[in-house]
Amino acid sequence: MAVYKTSDFRKGLKVQIDGEPYLMIEMNFVKPGKGNAMYKCKLRNLVRNTVLDRTYKGGDTLEAADVEEIETQFLYRQVDTFVFMDSSTFEQFELTSDQVGENWKYLKEGMLCSMVLYNGTPITMSPPNHVELKVEYCEPGAKGDTATNVTKPVKVETGAEFICPSFINIGNVIKIDTRSGDYVERVSV
Amino acid sequence: MSSGSAFDAPGPRDDFRPTAPWPLLRLRADLLKRIRRFFDERGFLEVETPLLSSETVVDRHLDPIEVWLPDDVRQPDSGRRMWLQTSPELAMKRLLAAGGTRLYQVTRSFRGGELGPRHNPEFTIVEWYCTDDSPAEAMERLLELAELALGRGPAECCTYQHAFQQYVGLDPHSATVAELRDAVARHQLAAPDGWSDQDRDSWLNLLLAECVEPRLGTSRPVILHDFPPSQAALARVRTGPPAVAERFELYVDGVELANGYHELRDAAELRQRIQTANQQRLADGKPALPEPARLLAAMEHGLPACCGVALGLDRLLMCAAGVDSIRQVQPFPLDRA
Repeated sequence: MAVYKTSDFRKGLKVQIDGEPYLMIEMNFVKPGKGNAMYKCKLRNLVRNTVLDRTYKGGDTLEAADVEEIETQFLYRQVDTFVFMDSSTFEQFELTSDQVGENWKYLKEGMLCSMVLYNGTPITMSPPNHVELKVEYCEPGAKGDTATNVTKPVKVETGAEFICPSFINIGNVIKIDTRSGDYVERVSV
Repeated sequence: MSSGSAFDAPGPRDDFRPTAPWPLLRLRADLLKRIRRFFDERGFLEVETPLLSSETVVDRHLDPIEVWLPDDVRQPDSGRRMWLQTSPELAMKRLLAAGGTRLYQVTRSFRGGELGPRHNPEFTIVEWYCTDDSPAEAMERLLELAELALGRGPAECCTYQHAFQQYVGLDPHSATVAELRDAVARHQLAAPDGWSDQDRDSWLNLLLAECVEPRLGTSRPVILHDFPPSQAALARVRTGPPAVAERFELYVDGVELANGYHELRDAAELRQRIQTANQQRLADGKPALPEPARLLAAMEHGLPACCGVALGLDRLLMCAAGVDSIRQVQPFPLDRA
């Protein structure tokens, strides 16, 4: 496995600490007065999303993490797992509900998602930044009310609920930003 | 997500462009002019000394960049080992020993491995020496120059000891390594693995970098002075108690801008410090460096009593312009050089 020296340290590096993969999200070189060179790093745990502060001295090393990002297709949901297929090798991967987290709200069969593998095992997935979802149920909106500041909850085909303008009706297709969960626009009536 | 699509097509390369904007490059030129005028008006002689030298400063934490100078490029094994200078200190002291009194220099300096928001391996130092200056006068002159460049008003002076008492809550001269470790834990600092209990200075440096430096010079410039004798480098040590190195550093907005010494004149003492530095370098897994024989000869001949100051021009510019990356004041930092 490749090893990174402090001179290789930079934002974006994927490393392994205590058997877990981390992404270097910040790297700062400090050297007080005529003193020791120190490399102050912020590292995000790619499995648990927690952030770790570590300081390294010149000559320290970190092991590279075998992390790769692949394109997958969401196939179907089982009781509490989600099944995806690698778009290029057709290999299938299962993620638990915990690993999928809030992203279940956006998953439609056949949707292309990116997935992060660590040592060949999936750890996280992310849907496209925008997804289009069909409204399955909502209270009827007031006729002719096109104001966007009047909102209501709507239930979409994945079973999730989103807050939308009140003019949205059953059967409409709406676009949602998956990074925030916010309504973007109505795609079709 | 999209792989191999039109989105990935590379555009025309534009890394020929400077990372510093034109207004800051003009400020740089303007500042250089004013600094030269400052020294010229005070009777200082501008000198130029070799960047490439067969001698180098021997310091535990300074890594000079080695250059192999072949006698004949067809015979790469023939030739000699030289170093890019980490500062013009050695050569300027030789000039002082040979009769110089007020000397200054604006020069490039090189330090291996130093790369970050405030570091680039190649940077510009303004360094000056004055044989009449007492340490107090040398600090005064430094502040005068800083005021000319920054206009931040009168500075305050603070001893290393006082700063540690105020921001860390301990006396840096008497604290044991166990107490320093406790302070590191109390302030919830991340310490590198593998620092030994003999390595008192490393613990002091971590506390300085994390607890003290960020608070120095936030309202007005601060001169931190009287360092632990173990961090004297090329400064004199004044007997105590507590014994302190007559070394001072200027801080503005938490950034170290300059480092000054009441210069060590004792050649035997310097030999001893070089030996210690080389032992530490070996323990740190770094190569030892040869004794600077010509500097030692100059000191044996007699270095006049003097103070010297090195000012980082790039950082001074960063402060003057209010920017937080050295990339904004150097046109072509390492990755574009």
